[in-house]
Amino acid sequence: MRSSSALWPTLALTAPLVLFLAFAYAVPFLGVALWSVTLPEPGLGQYERLVGDPLVQSVFLRTFRICLIVTVIAVACAYAVTYVWVRGSRLQRRLIEICIFVPFWISLLTRAFGWLVLLSTRGIVNSSLQVLGLTDGPLALVRNEPSVIAGMVHVLIPFAVLPLASAMRTVDERMLLAARGMGASRLRIFWSVFLPLTLPGVIGATLIVFVFSLGFFVTPAILGGGRSIMVAELVYLRMFQSPDWGLGAAISVALVVIVAALMGLLARFARLGLMGGGR
Amino acid sequence: MSKRAVGLQVIGIGKSFGHFTALKDITLDIAPGEFLTLLGPSGSGKTTFLMLLAGFQAASEGRLLSDGIDITRSRAEDRSFGMVFQGYALFPHKSVAQNIAFPLQVRGVAREDIARRVDAIIARVGLVGHENRRPAQLSGGQQQRVALARALVFEPPVLLLDEPFSALDKHLRGRMQEEVARLHGEFGTTFVFVTHDQSEALSLSSRIAIFNHGRLLQVGAPRDIYERPMSRFVAEFLGEINLLPVGGIGHCARGTSGMFEEVRLTAPRHENLKDSAVLAVRPEHMSVSAEPPAEGNGVPARLAGTTYLGSAMRLAFATRSGTPLTVTLPSEAAGRILAHGQDFWVTWSFENGFLLPEQS
Repeated sequence: MRSSSALWPTLALTAPLVLFLAFAYAVPFLGVALWSVTLPEPGLGQYERLVGDPLVQSVFLRTFRICLIVTVIAVACAYAVTYVWVRGSRLQRRLIEICIFVPFWISLLTRAFGWLVLLSTRGIVNSSLQVLGLTDGPLALVRNEPSVIAGMVHVLIPFAVLPLASAMRTVDERMLLAARGMGASRLRIFWSVFLPLTLPGVIGATLIVFVFSLGFFVTPAILGGGRSIMVAELVYLRMFQSPDWGLGAAISVALVVIVAALMGLLARFARLGLMGGGR
Repeated sequence: MSKRAVGLQVIGIGKSFGHFTALKDITLDIAPGEFLTLLGPSGSGKTTFLMLLAGFQAASEGRLLSDGIDITRSRAEDRSFGMVFQGYALFPHKSVAQNIAFPLQVRGVAREDIARRVDAIIARVGLVGHENRRPAQLSGGQQQRVALARALVFEPPVLLLDEPFSALDKHLRGRMQEEVARLHGEFGTTFVFVTHDQSEALSLSSRIAIFNHGRLLQVGAPRDIYERPMSRFVAEFLGEINLLPVGGIGHCARGTSGMFEEVRLTAPRHENLKDSAVLAVRPEHMSVSAEPPAEGNGVPARLAGTTYLGSAMRLAFATRSGTPLTVTLPSEAAGRILAHGQDFWVTWSFENGFLLPEQS
């Protein structure tokens, strides 16, 4: 238990952050929430549209579908990458640090355009395929869901690597030795010992990646090219293109509520993990 | 119970990590069914040697045979020696029964056989009623039992134990030692046990191998090693010992003798000594009297202090030149002697001392 004398310095040190979040985030969000029940007229009309409008529904469904696929692929890739990062040789570790964390410093926009350069009709992949004579004309590699998924996975892998790494680092090497000593094959050790022991990290990474992916805007907007619209882009369109602020605000509120619920789940899981993980 | 215990032949095994030599030229025969303890201070190479036996590390040189078959290059999972780790290394996500079943599942044993064998061994290590608990819900002693059961359930030819009692309190440690000794008797498996606790080594083992600085210094039955150490390190590492520097070594009919201060002291014959050596005597083999002894060895010494140990008493003496001597006597006898003042003769019979080379 923290003593009451230690509480005041803690409050004082966290106050700037709390105040910043209140003014830069909470207050504007309350404004948006207010729009959702006042524009164009007071009432819950916009939320009825949210539930009833087939376009809004299809965008939400597509968003969930893409985010689920992205989460599964990103966490699976991140698991493999993290395994090598935590357990590989020094050279492998360096290489992964460069490949995973350097892109962290590069803007989302730049990375999305990077994928465009790679995948567009006159991009590197298409011209290579044609030069090699594997295809006659350019393939449609962008402006579709797969390219959105590829771009999002690329951005999200590092976010999954960190929770996975902390889970993998806590695995006691002697448990893996013990399993080997009892005659278990590498595959067996992985499935029966290593994976179950790192499962809390997998669940944490899954929630983090899924929550992040729900709000993605830049990557789907550029790589989807207006065809696979996701929720964040729909908000943008309702706000800035077809002035329908009330609906845009209602979608925003819905998105925030979903994310908050998932974050609550994550927090609860993290607490359980702390209690169960104590050895 | 299975009696397929194997013997291991270790021939010139060495292990280096870069420039650091962890083990050098270890040659050792481990007999089928014996309880061999690897004893040494930390960093002596005993754990590295155990890891080489298990196959978790590869030897840099030398060969390892199991009943005559070369297993130097075989992998840990193929050797499948049972192993009890320091800290037990139980799987925290599996129940007691699942932990113990694991090595059987790996071997593809039929489901009903697994259940039967797991139940049987749980009964033998006294864990009935705890089958469905997780390791975190068990006490240290119970975790230890699970680790032993898991290592023995597949009837391995050899069981390796790496300081298994280091985390237990003294009382529990004694009980687990008895338990391990009982299991060794029942299973008849070859046990190789690593410890830095000399009393544990003396009480449990059929033989002790003493390691220091990556070398095997001496192997033998506990009594032989305790009473006839071949080097100063072994003598000092196993229990308390008095070391008297002696010069003018000479041989006589009784044995070998040398001069300590102004007294000639005699011990059983030792051929390979230079002019000076060390005479070693265990404190419990010494006695104290007011007069010089009629027979045997005696050194005049002054009482410097006493420590009450309950049933025994430790008396600290200093000789004229200041060499410390420790004598342990039954408390009653010590009390009688202490009434006589401060200056005494510390005495012992010829056969209770032994000469050691000065440097070892």
